[in-house]
Amino acid sequence: MNEMTTVPIAVTINQTRYDVEVKAHHTLLEVLREQLHLTGTKRSCGEGECGACTVLVNGEAVNSCLVLAAEMDGAEILTIEGLERNGELSPLQQAFLDRGAVQCGFCTPGMVMAAEYLLRTTPHPTEAEIREGLSGNLCRCTGYEGIVEAVKHAGRETDS
Amino acid sequence: MQSFKYARPESLPELLELLEKFRDRARLISGGTDLLVKLQHGNLAVEVVIDIKRVAELSDRVVTTNGWVSIGPRAVIGRVVRHPGIESAYPALVEAGRIVGSVQIRNRATVAGNICTASPAADTVPPLCAYDARIRLVSTEGSREVPLRSFFVGPGKTVIAPNEVLAEIRVPAPHGAMGSSFDRITRRRGVDLATINIAGVLHDNGTAVFAFGAVAPTVVVAEETSGDLCDPTVSADRVDEVLKTLLATARPISDVRSSKEYREAMLLVAARRVQRTALERLTQARGGRE
Repeated sequence: MNEMTTVPIAVTINQTRYDVEVKAHHTLLEVLREQLHLTGTKRSCGEGECGACTVLVNGEAVNSCLVLAAEMDGAEILTIEGLERNGELSPLQQAFLDRGAVQCGFCTPGMVMAAEYLLRTTPHPTEAEIREGLSGNLCRCTGYEGIVEAVKHAGRETDS
Repeated sequence: MQSFKYARPESLPELLELLEKFRDRARLISGGTDLLVKLQHGNLAVEVVIDIKRVAELSDRVVTTNGWVSIGPRAVIGRVVRHPGIESAYPALVEAGRIVGSVQIRNRATVAGNICTASPAADTVPPLCAYDARIRLVSTEGSREVPLRSFFVGPGKTVIAPNEVLAEIRVPAPHGAMGSSFDRITRRRGVDLATINIAGVLHDNGTAVFAFGAVAPTVVVAEETSGDLCDPTVSADRVDEVLKTLLATARPISDVRSSKEYREAMLLVAARRVQRTALERLTQARGGRE
């Protein structure tokens, strides 16, 4: 096994398989945005403090700015672009709109992905669980109330 | 980010060979949540990043064996704190692990990485020291075991040689009833580093072990055998007196997160809380044994 400056990887992103060559020092976030033009995932702090770049890797929420793209060979990735079904927003995305959980919108994709992970692991979260689940995501506009309401609402919806 | 090469060994011999070749020009990656921040800032001289996630000999699991709990070097913090064997016996480690970074960080960061980064503020280190964890290191020259308490040399510095890799974290099973707890002081609740952190372990035989983080270049471990911290009938004044002698080993400094004076004051506050909760747990464990 050699040391590589570019690394061939095979990844499944939003159920589509990609075979790409990535630079050894590029993050998953950089490859998603710059190479694959999936720009829904946002870059803000670049060091795992803000959560704007949250995606699901093999079902686990991670900061894509703290993952090397080279590490993703064989991985299944879900980004914000993969939530819609046949052109319709997912119930969680719709709840964000209905509850006024979006203002400038920059944190929203990461916030939605963190909430998506929370609802997959805890389908009916309490308010405390929602706040804990989203504590790795910063929002500078909303004051978080609308976001918490949206996730609460989406959690109830999954019941029916 | 600064540029570097990437290697993905498939076995331990392959990994050790790479380490022999690159020595301190190589960095290992498993979770990468600390390493990538440093690489983004460009303040590491690194030629190659070696991904250990395909090395089957380096486990990602927690295994309970006779007398020990073994935490694999690739075990992520989020999983370790949910392991039934850890949850039932090591509440201080669970309390510490649950507040490391954020959900996203805990899904990726390993306990081994938290140790090897050797931050004086690492949250999982005081509990593991208080439980007297051992670290198994391997290299082409063989294997050795080091107590975690003597693993750290300074901020960011450990006794790991450039050709060694952390292969296992071994935590001894409690002998007799044990009560333990962890607390930390931070400026905000989520995604913050500890201003100070404390783990305390109280044993049935009267031994109390406390470990303090972020109050010296490396974790400080203090042991006490009067039995007073493990006795629910002892007065609060006497407990304070004993805690203060233990805390005298801490050497806090002023930095961006806190002043020295605030750290000193909060050490006693957090130590009281830790002792109280650990004693409740010890009492419960003693009762459960009858």
